[in-house]
Amino acid sequence: MQRIGVFVCWCGSNIASTVDVERVSEALKNEQGVVFSTNYQYMCSQAGQDLIKSAVKEHRLTGIVVCSCSPRMHEATFRKAARSAGINPYMVEIANIREQCSWVHKDIITGTEKAIILGKAAIAKVNLNAPLIPGESPVTKRALVIGGGIAGIQTALDIAEAGFLVDIVEKKPTIGGKMAQLDKTFPTLDCSACILTPKMVDVAQHEKIRIFSYSEVSSVKGFVGNFDVTIKKKARFVNENICTGCGACVEKCPQKKIPNEFNLGMDNRSAIYIPFAQAVPKVATIDPNACNMLKNGKCGLCARVCTAGAIDYTQKDEYIEEKYGAIVVATGFNPISMEKFDEYAYSQSRDVITSLEFERLTNAAGPTGGKLLRPSDNKHPHTIVFVQCVGSRCSVDSEKGKEYCSKICCMYTAKHAMLVRDKYPDTEVYVFYIDVRTPGKAFDEFYRRAVEEYGVHYIKGMVGKVVPEGEKLKVQASDLIENKQLHIDADLVVLAAAIEPDKSARGLATMLTASMDTNDFFTEAHPKLRPVESPTAGVFLSGTCQGPKDIPETVSQAGAAASKVIALLNKDKLLGNPCVAHSNEEICNGCSQCERVCPYGAISYINKEFKMPDRSIKTRRIAVVNPAICQGCGACTVTCPSGAMDLKGFTSKQIMAEVDAICR
Amino acid sequence: MQVNEFKPLIVAFCCNWCSYAGADLAGNNRLSYPADVKIIRVPCSCRVNPMFVLRAFQRGADGVIICGCHPGDCHYTSGNYYTRRRMTLLFSMLDYLGIEKERTRVEWVSAAEGAKFASTMNDFVSKITQLGKNKRLEDLRCKK
Amino acid sequence: MQKISRDKLIKKASNLLNSGIVRCVLGWKRGEFDYDITPNVFTTEKELIDDFVWNDFCGANLSKYLVSKTQGVDGKILVFLKPCDTYSFNQLLTEHRFDRERAYVIAVPCEGMADINKIKQITNEGISSIEFNEDTLSISTLYNEEPIKIAYDRVLSERCLNCKSKKHVVYDELLGDDGEILESNRFDEVEKIEKMSSEERFEFWQGELSRCIRCNACRDVCPACTCEKCVFDNPESGVENKASANSFEEKLFHIIRAYHVAGRCTDCGECSRVCPQNIPLHLLNRKFIKDINEFYGEFQAGEKIGMRSPLIDYTTDDIEPNEAVNRRDS
Repeated sequence: MQRIGVFVCWCGSNIASTVDVERVSEALKNEQGVVFSTNYQYMCSQAGQDLIKSAVKEHRLTGIVVCSCSPRMHEATFRKAARSAGINPYMVEIANIREQCSWVHKDIITGTEKAIILGKAAIAKVNLNAPLIPGESPVTKRALVIGGGIAGIQTALDIAEAGFLVDIVEKKPTIGGKMAQLDKTFPTLDCSACILTPKMVDVAQHEKIRIFSYSEVSSVKGFVGNFDVTIKKKARFVNENICTGCGACVEKCPQKKIPNEFNLGMDNRSAIYIPFAQAVPKVATIDPNACNMLKNGKCGLCARVCTAGAIDYTQKDEYIEEKYGAIVVATGFNPISMEKFDEYAYSQSRDVITSLEFERLTNAAGPTGGKLLRPSDNKHPHTIVFVQCVGSRCSVDSEKGKEYCSKICCMYTAKHAMLVRDKYPDTEVYVFYIDVRTPGKAFDEFYRRAVEEYGVHYIKGMVGKVVPEGEKLKVQASDLIENKQLHIDADLVVLAAAIEPDKSARGLATMLTASMDTNDFFTEAHPKLRPVESPTAGVFLSGTCQGPKDIPETVSQAGAAASKVIALLNKDKLLGNPCVAHSNEEICNGCSQCERVCPYGAISYINKEFKMPDRSIKTRRIAVVNPAICQGCGACTVTCPSGAMDLKGFTSKQIMAEVDAICR
Repeated sequence: MQVNEFKPLIVAFCCNWCSYAGADLAGNNRLSYPADVKIIRVPCSCRVNPMFVLRAFQRGADGVIICGCHPGDCHYTSGNYYTRRRMTLLFSMLDYLGIEKERTRVEWVSAAEGAKFASTMNDFVSKITQLGKNKRLEDLRCKK
Repeated sequence: MQKISRDKLIKKASNLLNSGIVRCVLGWKRGEFDYDITPNVFTTEKELIDDFVWNDFCGANLSKYLVSKTQGVDGKILVFLKPCDTYSFNQLLTEHRFDRERAYVIAVPCEGMADINKIKQITNEGISSIEFNEDTLSISTLYNEEPIKIAYDRVLSERCLNCKSKKHVVYDELLGDDGEILESNRFDEVEKIEKMSSEERFEFWQGELSRCIRCNACRDVCPACTCEKCVFDNPESGVENKASANSFEEKLFHIIRAYHVAGRCTDCGECSRVCPQNIPLHLLNRKFIKDINEFYGEFQAGEKIGMRSPLIDYTTDDIEPNEAVNRRDS
């Protein structure tokens, strides 16, 4: 039996002008469990809180009902007051008689009546409240960053600088990501590699950072502060601790006709390769699908030339298990496949390329040594057509592309156009666009320079068709402003392909129980206020895995994610929300329905032995909620057919008691 | 003038993160709606068991409304999607059993939609007032 | 009339029993009358020969009994399942209610089951025996010298007239030939009720449900109702069993029960078969099934193991509750 104290607040005249507070405190005196009821001008004031504390002492209260403003306002205040008075904070309930009563009803009679009913409902609930104690869990002081592009690199560096251990898992043989493939960056036109590679070196040399390159996350278990992760280190057939990255093996390798991924297949690499000169870690990797030795045991040249003895044809995939307190997803993006956009003749002509391919063509370390040459005949192009929004901003029912704007294309196309006109003033450059979107610091100025200073022809309209004819690409397009059809004989067509999340993201989201939108971008915990956190506690988002963004935005988000991780790892233990789901094992059927609606993966199943009344032992499958993962939404409670699952602080009995009190 | 004197009893389940905050906002902006509406706070609309809705009717409620975050905005990412399916089937069943379909409603109200909260409640109360007392579902024995 | 003979079933079961492959047999047992048949566990060949029945009154769905019978003892249980029973079997497996390895399913083709109430409506004068032939059945009574002959489909139960599937969705061994999933008119009656006015619907259900005597037979027989503790037996649930005060109490019971099995009900029709008051309870379950099919796409519970019930699933553009209810009117 509870001993409940009721405290009705006037809130100056905010409540008292439309609610007869005296009548309310008087009427609630007779409710079940109530031993003390009073009213006061400002319950939230120090004097008001002292009133609660002294009443607790004097009347040996076990529960408190405050009829006042919204619990969203002062629930925490009154819980603190209860705690300092020696009562469990969760024995406090608020009846919202300001925002949801006195402020919305003008008539004092109905306002007072309603306030009494709301008070009764809160009392009915408190009668069934139980003290709740938040669970504690320790924090493993190490972070995992999945993805080694600029987002992952920056996040890892920032976390490591704060003194915490960080592991980066990168599926490619080197970190660096997409930024390593870029030539210049907008709007400053500084060289991408010049600003990225020093950071890559920092990562490699940082004593707090480990890099697992050519590796993937293969399983994630656990919860915030306590993730158990298995990392699959794929066999690269080279002992990376011994390899010096001298490149002798690469030179001698007889198998040299493998399309080079780093240059998007525009040139070739050998079967044993180092993706690029500044790769980190700078060690060789053998492509098992191309290596003669691995395929049929005939070759072994690389092992012979390797003075360090790093080649190991027997190497196997290795699984590493590690504990982490926080996980940052930085899985990045890829341009979408151009397969469905055959109107642009991408598959028919080598001179129709994507913007990322264009980056490699203009990059000094690219397949042409930075000379802008057509892939088909290595001739200098004199007319270049850029097509914007290829696969971006498509209609809802389009099966070809994405509905969203890829955000970066307008700017990089302006950059490309400008670079071409700068290096090759004899080249005519056309850009076809739907809109030019340039929000960002110095972005619009940049675009206007392309038009005004560099004479790039910006044409509002779409390209309908590209037809390869002889050496030319016949471009048919419409000019929406002049309202006419255009026919351009181009030498090179560059498609601003939409970007999409990396394919590995979906599987990873499942492992992390992190949610995604329909485009497979990770969802943030709150789009405005928690943009770098996933709704799954302990999982953070960095870079384009969350949505299209450019480098500065990615770096800012990486830093923000790092600061969230640091704040988490800085704690020695985590206090949970005690209002979590709990399964009554006596009546749980083990049917798995709750597990399937849980958005957090907080529910698991165990087989447990039960002693039956006849002393026999019965083994039953039952649900177990991990209170550290559960966020307390209650989805499971309604799904449970037997009613075994209940939510602490919002139990079915409590809610029904409120319903009953209101309907009395 | 019997009809005008009828004051309906409305139970509103509001999720803590959006609709309850929306109701608070209606208060902050002094947007009035009838006092017949009594709000029960739940963490998420998906905490509302169809049994609670039936319980309210059994105990004499004339209308039950469930308010949650807009689909896609759930604080718990997917709670209101489950609510939507659960209540769709429940309401359809109540309608099938001949309970006036106007007595049940689901409305998505964000924390920013104080005005929507007030107008929703005004509308709901006026519909229920027109319908009159909920005779078909009330459990007389449970009334004191 | 059933095409597979009782002898064939007994022979199969005896072989498996005697070879030790199964520990016992879940089947149908003879009662006092030909039509009085109850589920039973047989442990010897003799018991089978003495009491085992396979005829047109073996409507009982045996899948549910696996939940209790597989617990606490070792070995496999042979269970005879008709096509519609196999859906319940799969649904129970989806919900982890027993271990698949513990059951040995023998699929028995079904020609539809007879409804004793329909027979009794034709003659209710001391039925002494009922004999099934190809398309007819002969009823012998204490008072008539000549047996009464009637067409088989006149006594076929409602659920079998609207049979949804003659195909077994799971089995270890099949007797005879398997059938196909059928096109049925099982939602016609639901539609008829939907077309009534709100008042008519209320009157209809008031008339039906107020006859409920709360015997719990529908719940006890339901293969979806296998909770360790039913909410109606649990004082903590807030809806515990009690004598009904008025007609709403029955409504509440039946709404909650139907809701609890929504998305999991395979439409086996056992609830209506066992109701002593002949309340068409399946029309509540079928309403949910029909709605689910309409709103979320065709779904047959128990079709496959591990299927996600529509109530524990969603899409981001599901129909809104009030829109769903209003749509029917427009």
